[in-house]
Amino acid sequence: MARIELNRLAHSYKAHPSKPSDFALKEMTHTWEHGGAYALLGPSGCGKTTLLNIISGLVTPSQGAVLFDGRDVTRLPTEKRNIAQVFQFPVIYDTMTVAQNLAFPLKNRGVDRATIDRRIAEVSRMLGLEREMNRPARGLTADMKQKISLGRGLVRADVGAILFDEPLTVIDPHMKWLLRAQLKRVHEESDVTMIYVTHDQTEALTFADKVVVMYDGEVVQLGTPQELFERPEHTFVGYFIGSPGMNVLPARIEGDRAHVGAAAIPLGAGYAPLGAAVKSEIGIRPEFLRLAAGTDGFSVALKRVEDIGRHKILRCELDGRPLAAIAPEAAEIPADGIRLSADPAHVHVYADGHRVPAAGRA
Amino acid sequence: MDKPLYHRAWFLVLPAFLLVVFNAVVPMMTVVNYSVQDTFGNNQFFWNGIGWYQELLDPSTELGGRFYDSLGRNLLFSAIILAIEVPLGVLVALSMPRAGWRVAACLVLMALPLLVPWNVVGTIWQIFAREDIGLFGYFVNHILGITYNYTSGVFSAWFTIVVMDVWHWTSLIALLSYAGLKSIPDAYYQAAAIDGASRWAVFTTIQLPKLRRVLLIGVLLRFMDSFMIYTEPFVVTGGGPGNSTTILSIDLVKIALGQFDLGKAAAMSIVYNLIILAVCWVFYTVMTQVDAQRPKEG
Repeated sequence: MARIELNRLAHSYKAHPSKPSDFALKEMTHTWEHGGAYALLGPSGCGKTTLLNIISGLVTPSQGAVLFDGRDVTRLPTEKRNIAQVFQFPVIYDTMTVAQNLAFPLKNRGVDRATIDRRIAEVSRMLGLEREMNRPARGLTADMKQKISLGRGLVRADVGAILFDEPLTVIDPHMKWLLRAQLKRVHEESDVTMIYVTHDQTEALTFADKVVVMYDGEVVQLGTPQELFERPEHTFVGYFIGSPGMNVLPARIEGDRAHVGAAAIPLGAGYAPLGAAVKSEIGIRPEFLRLAAGTDGFSVALKRVEDIGRHKILRCELDGRPLAAIAPEAAEIPADGIRLSADPAHVHVYADGHRVPAAGRA
Repeated sequence: MDKPLYHRAWFLVLPAFLLVVFNAVVPMMTVVNYSVQDTFGNNQFFWNGIGWYQELLDPSTELGGRFYDSLGRNLLFSAIILAIEVPLGVLVALSMPRAGWRVAACLVLMALPLLVPWNVVGTIWQIFAREDIGLFGYFVNHILGITYNYTSGVFSAWFTIVVMDVWHWTSLIALLSYAGLKSIPDAYYQAAAIDGASRWAVFTTIQLPKLRRVLLIGVLLRFMDSFMIYTEPFVVTGGGPGNSTTILSIDLVKIALGQFDLGKAAAMSIVYNLIILAVCWVFYTVMTQVDAQRPKEG
């Protein structure tokens, strides 16, 4: 029911924005498909909550338009949009029971009693709240309260999208997994678009079909978790997603070779010259670096080895820059200096932070 | 558990104990002492047992009649001012600005009546409401043409002391409520907007429940203050006309200092005190129960 289009959308909290840094949200045009599970991922202050509030109607953007199924809702108040929102801290109506909480949005819209009863019965089953229905909502745990918040969105037949603003912040760690799994299931059972704001990559990657990575007011990549891992479009994505994050090294690019200090690292394809003005870097995920035998690869200085059980993380230095590599748990680490080689297909080239497509192929 | 017992540690309690003794127990016991005896001065005392209490609590006696009358008037006064100040205070808090310089201006203006000393408040209203030279009294009598004289009309007298208390203390409820309203996270209002709640529903389902604690404290404070009020009505009406505004505290002073009936006054003091303690205890119990109902505030 809700395909969300953002058309040349930008927002500034200042009255008269003049320079790009005045914008909390830089101009963007995106389409989010109906029924998808999207995660807005980014560090604190990157504009993800601003974007969410613009979609929900709590903030009116300085420019551009928000369209729900082709209908311009940019200036519509929250209650007129077909959305529901789950906030960081559970919002429940203290004086009501769980059932009354779930019925509240329907009662306000004048839905008849029979429909209300049917809807709250469905939603309580979906959320596993049947046994709590007649309890006062006040005394429940935070995860139950979040479910009630979510339930108030699900009961409404007119809701096309549910927005989540870091909904697991106040939930106990062992409950987070359960709640996330349940959220995923609810998404599959219901037919709503879900947009989930978080700064936790695990939450984003497990919840969403598509992850929208934001950095400094910009959407730097919109893709599946796999795409974010294998082809980060921005050095920030590489650094932010993955543990440890992608190694980003300043490099000089010459055709299909990248030079970092004395080391020459082969690239998957040839690149056109980047020009002198841009900051040229290469990015290699630690997963795609392996210990090289003999004289293959390039030599790095090993600083320390972190054994985290499944594998070992080699903390190295190349040309004075930190570089992490992942070695299998059983790997022998030679004591006298090591050499690493990179999988050329997974070495990406970045100009001013953005990924450069290879000259030969896309 | 093997805890060592040092009984000498009780000495550590001694300073606090002495403070309480001299501060509360000794003065209280003097009053208790008076309340069970009769005296005509010259330090001559006659034992009367619980005689004064029996007389005080028996409505058919002269003293008992007076006591119940003034207690009734006092409760009526408290009920009226609570019924006006609490809703009015909440209403004022709801209409106060939420940000900007107007907040500071509002807060200062509202705090002003609270800073005026009690007998100054009494004097202000005593003059303000006079029919001959008081701005308010003159306006009502000569411009509106309504007979209003707090020294002769019972209704005028009650009206004056009620309005005076409302003027003096509504700010307290308003400020408490304002603080309570400010502490409600924005997410509640946003969620209510998404749920399509009307302004009235927002008030009854979010604001009022969240204000419950501060309002409980506000009601307690206002009840206590109005139940113990003395100076302001004394300055304005002196308990008159007749006995129509003679509330407990005024009556007590009349008995103790006017008639010099120390035994009766002492017995009345003790009962007055016990009523206040009982009300305090009820409020305390209610408040702790409210706290127990919401173990974790989310």
